[in-house]
Amino acid sequence: MSNVNLVESATAMHLVDYTNAAALESVPTRNGFGQGLVEAGKRDRNVVAICADLSESTRMLAFKEACPEQYIEIGVAEQLLVAMAGGLAAVGKIPFIASYAMFNPGRSWEQVRTIMCLNETNVKIAGAHAGVSVGPDGATHQAIEDIAIMRVIPHMTVVVPCDAVQTKKATLALAAMFGPAYLRFAREKSAVVTTEETPFEIGKAQVFREGGDVAIIACGILVYNALMAAAELAKEDGIECRVVNNHTVKPMDEPAIVAAAQTCRAVVTVEEHQVHGGMGSRVAEILAQRYPVPIEFVGVDDRFGESGEPTELIEHYGMGTAAIKATVRRALSRKV
Amino acid sequence: MQSLTPQRLIELRLAANDVRQGIIRSLVAAGSGHSAGSLDMADVFTALYFHILRHDPQRPDWAKRDRLLLSCGHIAPVRYSAMAYAGYFPVDELLTLRRLGTRLQGHPERMRLPAVETTSGPLGEGLAQGVGMALGGKLDREDWRVYVVTSDAEHQCGLHWEAMMTAGKFKLDNLISFIDRNFIQIDGSTEEIMPLEPLADKYRSFNWEVFECDGNDMAAIIATVERAQTVKGKPSVIIANTVPGKGVSYMEGDYTWHGKPPNKEQAALALAQLQADREQIGAVHV
Repeated sequence: MSNVNLVESATAMHLVDYTNAAALESVPTRNGFGQGLVEAGKRDRNVVAICADLSESTRMLAFKEACPEQYIEIGVAEQLLVAMAGGLAAVGKIPFIASYAMFNPGRSWEQVRTIMCLNETNVKIAGAHAGVSVGPDGATHQAIEDIAIMRVIPHMTVVVPCDAVQTKKATLALAAMFGPAYLRFAREKSAVVTTEETPFEIGKAQVFREGGDVAIIACGILVYNALMAAAELAKEDGIECRVVNNHTVKPMDEPAIVAAAQTCRAVVTVEEHQVHGGMGSRVAEILAQRYPVPIEFVGVDDRFGESGEPTELIEHYGMGTAAIKATVRRALSRKV
Repeated sequence: MQSLTPQRLIELRLAANDVRQGIIRSLVAAGSGHSAGSLDMADVFTALYFHILRHDPQRPDWAKRDRLLLSCGHIAPVRYSAMAYAGYFPVDELLTLRRLGTRLQGHPERMRLPAVETTSGPLGEGLAQGVGMALGGKLDREDWRVYVVTSDAEHQCGLHWEAMMTAGKFKLDNLISFIDRNFIQIDGSTEEIMPLEPLADKYRSFNWEVFECDGNDMAAIIATVERAQTVKGKPSVIIANTVPGKGVSYMEGDYTWHGKPPNKEQAALALAQLQADREQIGAVHV
């Protein structure tokens, strides 16, 4: 009975036919942020954007043009981004602060903890260019520890949307929600698997594909790789995977995680982040306590990134479709 | 603003004496905390809470209030004491400082005591938040002001300079910052540990208007703030030259009192001295 409901819920996601390459659009998630921010700024004059010298690459530029009086440029000063935003939030503004995730929140952790979270201010961090898929810029600019350092702070909300359309929805949802939050997105074009009709709610994981053999719990742009791996496994080996788009890393949708483990009894987590401390670690914390099953992790294994082409790096660090498939098989072999 | 008559000045000095006694009582009850800076800023905090600020202790969330940020959160005892005597909460509550469950945390927390405006303690962060508030006030064409109290040693933090630059850029003339210039920090003299001088020149070069006054002279503090309030197109900084531990003779000028409280005997001595000073202030009046 519950399976039937879940199949229906997967259908209710109104996804694009991701197995049909011709039907897929490829758009950077940062574009979704830029569009969402403009819409949020037009809806509410209290939404302000603070930029640290990266208006074009974070896609704040459109906001600057659409809402010039709500746009604040402060230069290369990421600790200031957080602290100043805290002050603006204290007097009723809804500040979005953007830079590369490596510096925002990578450089400002203590300000985030004290001024945003302990102080409960309504500041939204937009971390752009997250993951190794930044590409040629190399390890200094590839944030792969940001989820870990954000999810560990009380009161923080952490959202990692799966594509550009969902990033726009997440931006609007965060503008409407009171409280400190971290929105993580990427630089490169990535497949758009959701549509305008796809629902989105912070804290509510989404079943994107139904299956009972292994649950693949993914976030960010690698959700597409997870879906492709699941489709190929079904076709090649008859292995049916449930794919969960676990876009809210904190607060994580515990019932959805436990349900996936109960149904599949083996789990693979997928994220463009260090395995240590990331989204998958939270999944493991939940399941160790509530429903222990074999878990395998796809992500960066305690290494730094390096220069390369985005797709090449995703493959090199073991996060491509083939690597996910191999990991699913490993998880399957461990099932009791 | 009330004009500063001789009578008013005596009232303010008496209030500062109350505030110092409250600091000593709370610190000895807590058994830990920062004495020297709390005492040396008693005159500035008294001037702010009893004369300068537009505020209402009964309505700490009044939207039109001036905002006062304490950046160097470790001197919270002076703020708590001034707030208690100004009517924000009962004076007896000062004795809960640093105890489990208190609103008066070792370093101020806004979620526990909203009237402190922000959570502070990690140094170098208050001015940046003040800049955000002042800019927010400008965006909304509000006429309230932002006051920030900083320590001299926290000028060693990079974020503070980012905030200074930004206040100059946005010409925040609704922002007045104080520096508790007592020349001490935990490891010794600021000028030995990391020289700050010429401090006034540094602010001027960041497009600030700079004032300097005796931070333990009530009349001078108020006169200086009134001048700063007339500045247009620039943020103002007031370098308040203070004597660490001011008001308690055995602490004055001794950096070792930066981070410790008096014991019971020392507190009794301090309170006796402050009480004697109080009578002196009254005697001048008579």
